[in-house]
Amino acid sequence: MSRRLHVLRAVLLILAVAGIIAGAMSGEVRIVITKAVNVCLECIGIG
Amino acid sequence: MSGRRTTFQVVAAIGQNSWLAGFLRGRIWRGASKAVCVPGLNCYSCPGAWGSCPVGSLQAVLNRSADRISLYVTGLIGLFGVLLGRLICGWLCPFGLVQELLYHIRSRKVRIGPTRLRYFKYVVLGVLVIAMPLLLRDRYGVGDPWFCKLICPAGTLEAALPLLALNESLRSSVGGLFAWKAAVFAATMVSSVAVYRPFCRFACPLGAVYGLFNRISFVQLSCDRTACIRCGRCAAVCKMGVDPSVRPADPECVRCGDCTSVCPVHALTLGLPVRKPAADRPS
Repeated sequence: MSRRLHVLRAVLLILAVAGIIAGAMSGEVRIVITKAVNVCLECIGIG
Repeated sequence: MSGRRTTFQVVAAIGQNSWLAGFLRGRIWRGASKAVCVPGLNCYSCPGAWGSCPVGSLQAVLNRSADRISLYVTGLIGLFGVLLGRLICGWLCPFGLVQELLYHIRSRKVRIGPTRLRYFKYVVLGVLVIAMPLLLRDRYGVGDPWFCKLICPAGTLEAALPLLALNESLRSSVGGLFAWKAAVFAATMVSSVAVYRPFCRFACPLGAVYGLFNRISFVQLSCDRTACIRCGRCAAVCKMGVDPSVRPADPECVRCGDCTSVCPVHALTLGLPVRKPAADRPS
């Protein structure tokens, strides 16, 4: 197992967690939940 | 491995869609858990769904934000990908389970090896999930989730069929778009009887993303090349068209583990890579 792979994993993990936190703080969670709690007409083929 | 995995898949699929009242009333869950995306392709308009679909959520944010991709949803997808890679497809995705169950139906099977058609899912990801929702907008500046609208057979199965069956007002609105989606769904279901996981292999944008993580995810399929006797059993048993002894981290591998079960020398292992003691390493 190369050291470079370990570093890449750690960097991607940190970026992913940072993205989740930054996105949540910028109001994206509200967009996601607003879409998800209403019936998605596009998903069922009538939107 | 196969029976244990199927049990795990069934438990995961039921767990993600276990709000039974939704199926009885023809409604969807509206609680706070919908703020979190599940790892697999699972429609948030399925009456039983507790969580959100990552592909649908990605498009929902793209539809609203003209200037950027969703950090929250891409972060969640990245987190799932870094931890598990396409293990999610093989063990957690309800729509993968549906295709596998159909493949168990006795019929003539068509084995498809590595083909350029596998790259089509990257086109679906780039065009229908990212570019079109980002670029095509109505006069109010709002876009459509084009993948959900034109393709997603999981939405047709998990949301359209139960909601249309239970809700008269929705049923009265059905038109040409539903006919198209029903045709895509029917084609996916019928082809799944003869071809192993055709949607996952050729069209799933989530599988495309997770496949890119297969080389770097924490969970790995590993091949001990010093132990491998190159008997070819692993490649013969792989229904995704992968040769695990040559490319154990292939983007098409869904980490089902069938290859580990047939390996006569236990050269293939699925899980977190374990550093070997110095004495076991080849000099």
